[in-house]
Amino acid sequence: MDYINLFVRSIFIENMIFAYFLGMCSYLAVSKTVKTAVGLGAAVIFVLAVTVPINFLLDQYLLRPGALQWLSPEYASVDLSFLSFIMFIAVIASMVQLVEMVVEKFAPALYGALGIFSPLIAVNCAILGGSLFMQQKSFTAVTEAITYGLGSGVGWFLAILAIAAIREKIAYSNVPAPLKGLGITFIITGLMAIGFMSFMGIEL
Amino acid sequence: MAIDNKIASEEKEAKKKEMILFLSNTEEKESFLSKNNRKLLSDPLNDNNPITVQVLGICSALAITVQLEPAVVMAVAVMAVVAFSNVIISLLRNLIPNRIRIIVQLVVVAALVILVDQILKAYAYDVSKQLSVFVGLIITNCIVMGRLEAFALGNGPYKSFLDGIGNGAGYGMILIVVAFFRELFGSGKLFGFEVLGHKAAVAAESTGLYAFGYENNGLMLLSPMALIVVGIIIWVQRARNRKLIEQNN
Repeated sequence: MDYINLFVRSIFIENMIFAYFLGMCSYLAVSKTVKTAVGLGAAVIFVLAVTVPINFLLDQYLLRPGALQWLSPEYASVDLSFLSFIMFIAVIASMVQLVEMVVEKFAPALYGALGIFSPLIAVNCAILGGSLFMQQKSFTAVTEAITYGLGSGVGWFLAILAIAAIREKIAYSNVPAPLKGLGITFIITGLMAIGFMSFMGIEL
Repeated sequence: MAIDNKIASEEKEAKKKEMILFLSNTEEKESFLSKNNRKLLSDPLNDNNPITVQVLGICSALAITVQLEPAVVMAVAVMAVVAFSNVIISLLRNLIPNRIRIIVQLVVVAALVILVDQILKAYAYDVSKQLSVFVGLIITNCIVMGRLEAFALGNGPYKSFLDGIGNGAGYGMILIVVAFFRELFGSGKLFGFEVLGHKAAVAAESTGLYAFGYENNGLMLLSPMALIVVGIIIWVQRARNRKLIEQNN
């Protein structure tokens, strides 16, 4: 039950885009058509679901204060948490590279669809944000981290899908010239975020 | 003969122009704030603003603009990180293999952000708590990566430094404007001072605007309003600067 709660929370209530504005750069740049938006969204789900658990294990057994105790009891006072930024981003960048190579070898068609997004994903704030929020939430089990990573990925996917669909439709409407493109997208995202706020306070 | 002379004189003209160009280039390198260098600083403030025109670095820009103080701290932090990472990458630009440049850039930026984070924790602990994960997210701030890719990989250290400062300032300016409106209308304060008067629990004891029945707009404190305020800033900017208007929706 806890897992369902965590999953739904991370999709709707703590939505990466509407609650924290993470991954906005690629969200705004790649949301012009639904097709590319779906490609990037799927890639983000996958990378988040992989990197958040890996970074959780890294945090648990290497970085947090006293995490090195499994090596020897004398390391109980070692605190490496100041290294977490650089470790997390290294894991993310290398995972993205690895995933790119594996996909290129075994599923060329998928690579054709996702490959162009790989540099965008490495610097997507949502990916690093997922790991940093994971660290703040102090999960106890790796399954929780997987659930959280998957949930935030799905939330991001839904958000970019929705805005891409709206932007495809808005091409037919008469937007004031200075608001065209970026401006109207910001305002629509703001209105959507107000809508998503109605999920606040839901407890499963 | 006449034609030959003409060609010769044209060649001379061309060489002269080259020389002038070359001279003016070297002059630029010597003068500390030449026209081009000033342009590097001022362009990102308006025509080429990282947030409203290049659409970079919005991620962290919006979540921390409820109050002015964290916004100013964030602006300074980003400016420092962009400027120094630009300088470092610009110095290393001929040594970095092209294929792994993103990882190298991320490592340099991450190291600088760790420094900023530790300094904030030591000297401004309250603000650092308020900024929470968003200090770490400077690493993936697209402005930093964007400037490294677009500018520092192809230009010398001093120009890269100016470009970093300019883009950091352009980013900080938007951040501060958004935070100004959100704090003023959301809680009636600026930097924590009650500029619109004091709102007391009993209506009769209120001072300033509140004495006339003014109310704070709580919606401004919620995150969606940040997006809408930025949307309005873009609207105003493009209405004044028509060449930035996009053709498609």
